[in-house]
Amino acid sequence: MNHNSTRPVGPLVIDIENITKDYVMGEEIVRALRGVSLQIHSNEYIAIMGPSGSGKSTLMNMLGCLDTPTSGRYEFNGRNVAEMDDDELAAIRNREIGFVFQTFNLLPRSTSLRNVELPLIYAGIDPETREEMAVRVLDEVGLGDRMNHKPNELSGGQRQRVAVARALVNNPSIILADEPTGNLDSKTGEEIMALFEDLYQRGNTIILVTHERDIAAHARRTVHLRDGLIETDHPGFIPEVDLVALDRA
Amino acid sequence: MKRFLYELNESWRIAVAQMRSNMTRSALTALGVIIGIIAVTLMGTAVNGISIGFDNSMSVLGDDVLYVTQWPWKQVDDWWNYRDRKKIKTEYAETLNRMIERTPNSNLVVAVPTSSLFRSIKYGGNSVDNVFVLGTTSYFIVTESRGGASVVVIGYDVADALFPSENPLDKSVLINGQLFKVVGVNSRQGTFLGLFSWDSMVAVPLGAFNKYFSSKSESDVRVKVKDKRKLAEAKDELTGLMRRVRGLQPEVKDDFSVNEQQAFKSTLDPVKNSIAVAGLFITGLSLFVGAIGIMNITFVSVKERTKEIGTRKALGARRRTILLQFLIESTALCLLGGFIGLALAYLMCFGIEKAFPSFPIHFSLGLVFASMTVSVATGLISGFAPAWTASHLDPVVALRYE
Repeated sequence: MNHNSTRPVGPLVIDIENITKDYVMGEEIVRALRGVSLQIHSNEYIAIMGPSGSGKSTLMNMLGCLDTPTSGRYEFNGRNVAEMDDDELAAIRNREIGFVFQTFNLLPRSTSLRNVELPLIYAGIDPETREEMAVRVLDEVGLGDRMNHKPNELSGGQRQRVAVARALVNNPSIILADEPTGNLDSKTGEEIMALFEDLYQRGNTIILVTHERDIAAHARRTVHLRDGLIETDHPGFIPEVDLVALDRA
Repeated sequence: MKRFLYELNESWRIAVAQMRSNMTRSALTALGVIIGIIAVTLMGTAVNGISIGFDNSMSVLGDDVLYVTQWPWKQVDDWWNYRDRKKIKTEYAETLNRMIERTPNSNLVVAVPTSSLFRSIKYGGNSVDNVFVLGTTSYFIVTESRGGASVVVIGYDVADALFPSENPLDKSVLINGQLFKVVGVNSRQGTFLGLFSWDSMVAVPLGAFNKYFSSKSESDVRVKVKDKRKLAEAKDELTGLMRRVRGLQPEVKDDFSVNEQQAFKSTLDPVKNSIAVAGLFITGLSLFVGAIGIMNITFVSVKERTKEIGTRKALGARRRTILLQFLIESTALCLLGGFIGLALAYLMCFGIEKAFPSFPIHFSLGLVFASMTVSVATGLISGFAPAWTASHLDPVVALRYE
């Protein structure tokens, strides 16, 4: 993979120490995370990989402050997230995290502009500033001419660009992308990954959750999860052969 | 506060978009509320009408007049105590008037005797049975009254029945075999439930009344009060005067009753109120059914849009925001239904008033506010359970929902 330069990292954003997450499924307790420690600095580009059932989704929900751990410490920009209530978590998600979903999750009856403005409404920003900010990020992702289109008038790649613009609009500390190319053909997928590379080069922090190696290959650091634990955490992309070798070691 | 306004605005926008994109569903759901609001509003107009009818009937009595009668104006269980009371005589009025004149700062103005009975009235081929005939000194100039002239003032309905196509003035009607010349017709007052109304009464001078009608008539004395805010004092004063007229010893109980409009009202009010409560309760049931429809559709809406709720939460919507959004959606539906229902109810009222002028309904601005308030309340109450469910969805679960 032909990387552009890797940028120097900034201060610590996410500091996770030994977090666990248990789910009660009927009689059984599922231990989705069994003690994960992870530190992510600003201006990192990190991929979280793992097969299904590895705890990848659970870790993503933790990182995205959609859920709180059963035990362990989670600090986001120095603030203890593990003990926050629903509304405090909502505020963190609103200001600090930009989500990009596999299924785009745009509001179907709203224009691109309205979709991108949504996080700003929840942030309590006035209408004029809101529109200004939304127009700016839509321009940044190359959709300046699609602002008044509704999602069903856009292609898959354009929809995901709207979602990326929505993630960026509040100027978050991290962008959390969950299988962002999962619903796109490979050419469009590459375009989205090029957009992420561009965002990274402009100083954004990106966390990519994926099970696709060639998507993860864009990141500058790869974390592999297996059975609720971090198996490997390496800078750069680790080709499959190396991984097999590591397994043997 | 600002954020709340933006969220409110956003919620309204979504609610309208939601209604537009689900036209049929919204219309059917709103129909439930429309029917409910029509029922409640029409009942409201009827309650209003009844109340006004009561008050009209009551205003015949006057709110500044005390009535000295044999029987009290209330339900009595010990009727035998009142049966043997001496009758009230019309002469008491003159005695009372002399006493009032001699009393400095009296709260009473003047006493007027009246007698009444029910008689038939005829004119040509037309006749009206059971008309309340009042003998009084008011209404007539002194000479007519004292001299017992055979003149009569008739109520609107009586005039209507006897003189369908003529001017009644100066015609002579037959009451109890005696001719009376019509000197006046009372303007229409409206009637309700056959309660006393001037429309179905006639008045003759007391002198003539005493001269021509049997002594079986009931008499009472009406006393006008100077200041109706001092009705209680006036009542005490009148009671004192009447005791002197009757020559009662201090230890003897009153053998007459002093009544006022209010006493009558307080016996009728419970009737009026129970009509209102029962009527509004029954019509309220139809609104309740409408509310269940709203609740149901809001639950469906929450279910359908679970993923959207998840997305909104991920983007920073707090519980309150989601709660507000769905409350506004249900309220918007109810308000829409309320508006349409109110408009239809108004048209119906208008039609009923045109078709049946005597039907007691009355549409008022207060009613408009009341039904709009009820609509909003219905929306809030019926939307609350689904909105609460939505606001407490786990974002992780909601995002994964397909």
